[in-house]
Amino acid sequence: MIRDVLPAAVNLRSAIRRFTRHRGALVCLVLLCAFAVIALLAPWIAPFPFDEQDIASRLQEPSAVHWMGTDSLGRDLFSRLMFGARLSLAVGITTALSALVLGTITGSLAGYFGGLADRVLMRLVDVFYIFPVLLMAILLTLIAGRGFVGIFLALTLATWVFQARLVRSLYLQARELPYVEGARAVGASHFSIMYRHILPNLWGPILVSLTYQIPTNILAESFLSFIGLGLQPPLSSWGTLANEGFRAMRSYPHLMLFPGGVLFIAMLAFNFVGDGLREALDPTSKQGFTG
Amino acid sequence: MLRYALRRSIDAAVTLALLVAMTFFLLRLAPGGPFDGEKAWPPAVKANIDKHYGLDQPLPKQFVHWMGDLIRLDLNESFHYEGLPVRQIIAEALPPSAWVGFWALLLSVGIGLPLGALAAWKRNTWVDFSATFAAISGVSLPTYLVASLLVLVFSLKLGWLPPALWEGPSSAILPALSLALRPLCLIARLTRSTMLEAMASDYVRTAMAKGLSDPVVVFKHALRNSLIPVVTLLGPMTASLVTGSFVVEVVFQIPGVGKHFVTAVLNRDYPLVMGTTLLYGLILVSCNLAVDLAYAWVDPRIRLEG
Repeated sequence: MIRDVLPAAVNLRSAIRRFTRHRGALVCLVLLCAFAVIALLAPWIAPFPFDEQDIASRLQEPSAVHWMGTDSLGRDLFSRLMFGARLSLAVGITTALSALVLGTITGSLAGYFGGLADRVLMRLVDVFYIFPVLLMAILLTLIAGRGFVGIFLALTLATWVFQARLVRSLYLQARELPYVEGARAVGASHFSIMYRHILPNLWGPILVSLTYQIPTNILAESFLSFIGLGLQPPLSSWGTLANEGFRAMRSYPHLMLFPGGVLFIAMLAFNFVGDGLREALDPTSKQGFTG
Repeated sequence: MLRYALRRSIDAAVTLALLVAMTFFLLRLAPGGPFDGEKAWPPAVKANIDKHYGLDQPLPKQFVHWMGDLIRLDLNESFHYEGLPVRQIIAEALPPSAWVGFWALLLSVGIGLPLGALAAWKRNTWVDFSATFAAISGVSLPTYLVASLLVLVFSLKLGWLPPALWEGPSSAILPALSLALRPLCLIARLTRSTMLEAMASDYVRTAMAKGLSDPVVVFKHALRNSLIPVVTLLGPMTASLVTGSFVVEVVFQIPGVGKHFVTAVLNRDYPLVMGTTLLYGLILVSCNLAVDLAYAWVDPRIRLEG
């Protein structure tokens, strides 16, 4: 479907206005900002250090001192969740961003040049695409190691093809548009057309896909924790905490419910913001929405 | 049609070969071997074991050997479950996984599709908002959380359903529910958004102008035309549902393929990993082929050409 208008017709101001009309998305955006602030300030605002053990008060139910109770080593769950926000958000955001960079380079080359470049690059993308994401992530984590770097590499390499396919399809549409022809006519280089003319016009769909990819990757990291390949203790992401709680669920449900709940709320918020952005930025869905 | 089927089969074979080859080499890149235990073996013993299983050969040669066995339909014996042929392990594990996966697929399509269509039809009403909210919640919940909550409520608190034993058809209810939630919500969201697009199109306006009733237009005209993206999604979805989910099979103790899929990698049980990957790949390419054929049925404009 080739639209004969500039994709840039997404006017920033009207997009913001449309986004703010979406109450749910707005609330969720505020919520995400709050999570980000907590993540950044965790060492200063958390009531306890995340690895402080207090055997005397282990496995406590939520109380005035320990708002969400304590785990089997007497560590304060509330503080651990605040620190967990750092790791979970960091994993989600960095992996989504690096996958985006990798995907944008591949997708733009394939979509812009077409022909042989397209066939070769897309064959490569297809190989990754048929791989079950989680199997790929497991194999790569085993190869790259179980630290932050290993998980970062594994999730990036397991998910970049989704962005590559998206960016390629956007470039395929964009390269036929009049403004690209115009840029070519005045003698702009390929590089300049690809990244100075076309790319800035594609930020809408790219931002939307980024918003969806972040929660997906946070969940993927929590799955890796579940099978014992996640970040190593005493570091803990939301996923690690939920998994620790999962093992003690029958006797101490709060250890599972709080991390699971926080994870759930964050996922919900990302998805709502994604929906809001899509409605605000995609001119086609707007028609359907008001239609 | 025949030409198309042939071409697609060749494509599928190439895809499958690439998947298998990549798994093989990535697996060998991972540090650690199948027989590493707590203690390191004496070098002579290790060399003997490697020799026995052909692990001392260069990798490409091992791969060719494996492919050779595959052509003779021999998947070799598992390293971890000593003496057990991989074929037998898979033959025993597939039925429970496929059974749960089948019900999960049925639930996802059977509920997800109408839910999405309903939300699109009643757009911007409380029906739409609650359906959308439910669908977003569904994709936001980690599967192990859903599964354990279901066990907590229905088995431990209410005692209606068996918690974690694989016996009889009723054991499949909770696993199928936990497995279905995510795909169900994905289908509902996708259906809603493609339906909204379809409903903004000219032919729907024409149908409305003709005086057709709302439900007829929505569920007959618009729904059919917005099925294509959903059908596309069904290929990989079926493959992953039928081969089971690790999380669900661990929580409900189902003796299925999904569990082997992960534990085999962790155990470096090379033959079993290759077996499960091959199984997944086979199901995936056949589902994708079926999906391509289904396109023609959903949208007669699509011609099956080579």
